[in-house]
Amino acid sequence: MKRFRYLKNVTTLELEPAGCIGCGRCVEVCPHQVFEIAGKRALIADRDACMECGACARNCPVGVIRVDAGVGCATGLINEWLRERKLGGAGGGCCS
Amino acid sequence: MNYIVPPGLYAFGEPTAADPVLVTANYKMSFDAVRRAMAGRNAWLLVLETFGINVWCAAGKGTFGTDELVRRIEASGLARVVNHRRLLLPILGAPGIAAHEVAARSGFSVTYAVIRADDLPEFLDNGMRTTPAMREMTFTLWERAVLVPVELVLALKSIAVVGALLFLAFLLGGGMAAGSTVVLVYFGAVLAGIVATPLLLPWLPGRSFALKGWVAGIVWSAACYPFAGGGDWSMTTAFASFLALPAVSAFYALNLTGCSTFTSRSGVRKEMRLALPLMGVALVVGAILLLAGRFL
Repeated sequence: MKRFRYLKNVTTLELEPAGCIGCGRCVEVCPHQVFEIAGKRALIADRDACMECGACARNCPVGVIRVDAGVGCATGLINEWLRERKLGGAGGGCCS
Repeated sequence: MNYIVPPGLYAFGEPTAADPVLVTANYKMSFDAVRRAMAGRNAWLLVLETFGINVWCAAGKGTFGTDELVRRIEASGLARVVNHRRLLLPILGAPGIAAHEVAARSGFSVTYAVIRADDLPEFLDNGMRTTPAMREMTFTLWERAVLVPVELVLALKSIAVVGALLFLAFLLGGGMAAGSTVVLVYFGAVLAGIVATPLLLPWLPGRSFALKGWVAGIVWSAACYPFAGGGDWSMTTAFASFLALPAVSAFYALNLTGCSTFTSRSGVRKEMRLALPLMGVALVVGAILLLAGRFL
């Protein structure tokens, strides 16, 4: 997205270019235009635009993209922390 | 009200075996958005069981997922209904679907078509090509504005409880005027976070949602100060209000990351690690100042 930018240098997105077959799936699924195909291989062109939705990693047929995807809202993370510390916390995330 | 559409294969218009197959979630508003966009056209719609959850959230949970799609293709007998092997999926469903696995298991190839159902007619007329605009996530003023009532309703219970407790405490401590004033400034701080922050999002400074909310809260604290009788407050009360009110706004602003369209899990986590302790300290110090002001 051109208009809004979130925090810099936080995304866990990783691409191993050596195994990339240049199929372009990552470009097709990314809603924030993070990837580009150059010289028949994908590259991360706009890393800080990544919102860690995980669509690229899930759809990469050769498994060369990794990202720690998951619930990204404050309520969901608070509940996750509470559950990890066995303090209860409401079930589900923000979208349930 | 019932927001669930029974999963399965639906027909728009009078589709033939050659017409396109769209896939969506069984949340009624997702279904209706596709139906509205496809008015007057012939197409098949395969509705997945996502338990009434929209495509994006269901994909994150995995219910709008590879297994369910493959299962639904088989259960609906889609392969006998159409003579092609191509599915058109919403781009926001991609976090739950592995296109190559769907192809291997069902024989259907997956094309991620558009983000917004409204773009479907143009996509279809364009020879099923996705333009850059069709795959770009937006967060327009209108898209932010429609979130406000939802967020307000979700927060209503906690706002009411905190508001009532504050009212009682200040009523006992300073009488009716103090009680009603604190409720007013507290509600204002909440609205600065839930209403003003999303609407003014591009113009509030910084990238952090907590910081944006804090700025909105500071503006509110300064704006309400003269109207709430700030001139008559003690120094400690004034300090307490400028500490606590922006912290409240910042908390509700941080919560908006859940429905924004561009924040990441790692970013929200980083913000929370920093902002939640600061908010806690601001509230505790504010409370101590108020108490101290009464006894000094």
